[in-house]
Amino acid sequence: MVVSFIIKKQTYFDSVTLMLIGSQVKKLPGIDNTVVGMCTDYNIDSLKRLSMYQSAFDGLTPNDLIICIRASDKKTADAAITEVEKRLASRKKPSGSAELPPSSQEDAAARLPDANMVLISVPGEYAAAETEKALNAGRHVMLFSDNVSIEEELRIKTLGVSKELLVMGPDCGTAIINGTPLAFANAVRPGNIGLVAASGTGLQEVTSTIHRLGCGITQAIGVGGRDLSEKIGGKMTLMATRALAEDPATRVIVLLSKPPAESVLKTLYAELKGISKKIVIYFIGADPKAIEAEGFVAANNLEDAAIKACDLSTDKQHKPELSEAQIAEAAAGCKMTGRFLRGLYSGGTLCDEAQRILQPLVGELSSNTPIKGCKKMSDVYSSTGHCIIDLGDDDFTRGKAHPMIDPAYRAERIEKEVADPDAGLILFDVVLGYGSHLDMAGEMVEAIKNGCKKANRQPLLAACICGTHEDPQNYEQQKTTLEKAGIKVFPTNVAMVKFAQLCLERNK
Amino acid sequence: MLKDFFGKKVKVINLGIASFADDLRKQGVETVHTDWRPPAGGNKKIQALLTKVANWQSKVKSAKGAR
Repeated sequence: MVVSFIIKKQTYFDSVTLMLIGSQVKKLPGIDNTVVGMCTDYNIDSLKRLSMYQSAFDGLTPNDLIICIRASDKKTADAAITEVEKRLASRKKPSGSAELPPSSQEDAAARLPDANMVLISVPGEYAAAETEKALNAGRHVMLFSDNVSIEEELRIKTLGVSKELLVMGPDCGTAIINGTPLAFANAVRPGNIGLVAASGTGLQEVTSTIHRLGCGITQAIGVGGRDLSEKIGGKMTLMATRALAEDPATRVIVLLSKPPAESVLKTLYAELKGISKKIVIYFIGADPKAIEAEGFVAANNLEDAAIKACDLSTDKQHKPELSEAQIAEAAAGCKMTGRFLRGLYSGGTLCDEAQRILQPLVGELSSNTPIKGCKKMSDVYSSTGHCIIDLGDDDFTRGKAHPMIDPAYRAERIEKEVADPDAGLILFDVVLGYGSHLDMAGEMVEAIKNGCKKANRQPLLAACICGTHEDPQNYEQQKTTLEKAGIKVFPTNVAMVKFAQLCLERNK
Repeated sequence: MLKDFFGKKVKVINLGIASFADDLRKQGVETVHTDWRPPAGGNKKIQALLTKVANWQSKVKSAKGAR
């Protein structure tokens, strides 16, 4: 093996672009490994860990780009570097304009003075400063960046509230504002349901289900997972809920979050009780009866939150897209060829929901992100027993793109699970929408076929599709791709997990 | 007021992941993508000073506006 590299000083690309290109080039014949990244501490560590570090990297800054390839021979490595450069060059071209892109938020604002939203996905250490600039210029912020400290979050949200500007985040992956999906969000029709959520895939699952049930939304406001913590005090949840309460287009309000801190819950309930509109609450893992006792409509899961919101928004009853009988019919005759369940999720909240429903049935269940009652996996890269894994968690995404964007690791893992004689039932999610991979179903099916061929076995497989028929991926095509490969397909995570329950009960 | 923003056309400045801007443009959303890079060549000390100056400028601007 040989290592070839090139340094491009003062050349900056965003991490997703670099990780995706690195991952694509790694698939070329003769390539063993690639590190395509800015010279950050993390990338330096990765290069050292992979024994690819070169003395020429000493003294570089996070504004310098490294393309480093390990391949079977020098010619192959050099050709891969050329390929990376070619792909990067195509990314740098400003689409539809000969004008060079602006190099700062201020320059961008000069080009679009009436911009009212700043979407920030820069490395976390720079995110708070960029957010402050945006807020001080009177613009709302969607803050996709993670690694923003809670102290910084408090500071920017306090500023946002003082100016009555949204700070959606940090680590906020999904929002639909005034009909515009931002970052990872689905194409959802306009309607009269307003949502506030501290859960990205939770918000995608509920908004997509609302759309498929024939209803629509006014706003889907992400607030970041820590908004209802004691330290942040629910600043954005309270501001967004108040605005939805005053919004004449919003008839029903939906709140999605992990259970808030006790002190925040009191303030929140006091605020919500002053609102005359119907409010549906799903505090993931909390007792619905306690919510109902406060006078609100409590949901039991994400699908249920969507159904209840649709009922209240139309004064008509809605049913799950698949009835219990249809799920039972899907499970009839399904035989598990191994004892254990394996869940490979790209959506964190969906992974959480599956654990919550299945743990009481299977008893010992492991996860890299275990909920109460589940076990922490001793090795997240190797499954034993029943496992439900969030592949979007930091364990798997440090230095790599999220599995909704880059299917490489999930494909590798599903191939491995399919070949494991202990794996009898494999569940996974296919999250559609803007920002997500354009053919996740195709990528998963290819990996499954490879695994089945290598191990000469076919475990039971089930997938749920989180998305709408208006999403860029073509919902029906994704569904057909999965079904043709013998995979059972469900419209929601809850339906898929109920199917899994039936299969596990039968094979006990 | 936040509620006054509801219903308005969203116009976006994108900082960071370029594909987010591509998706917005495909939907016909007016978007300017910024060729963002760490300020001050990644030098943390100079960045902290620049942030202080920017915050001070913003306070001066607000104070002038309030007069």
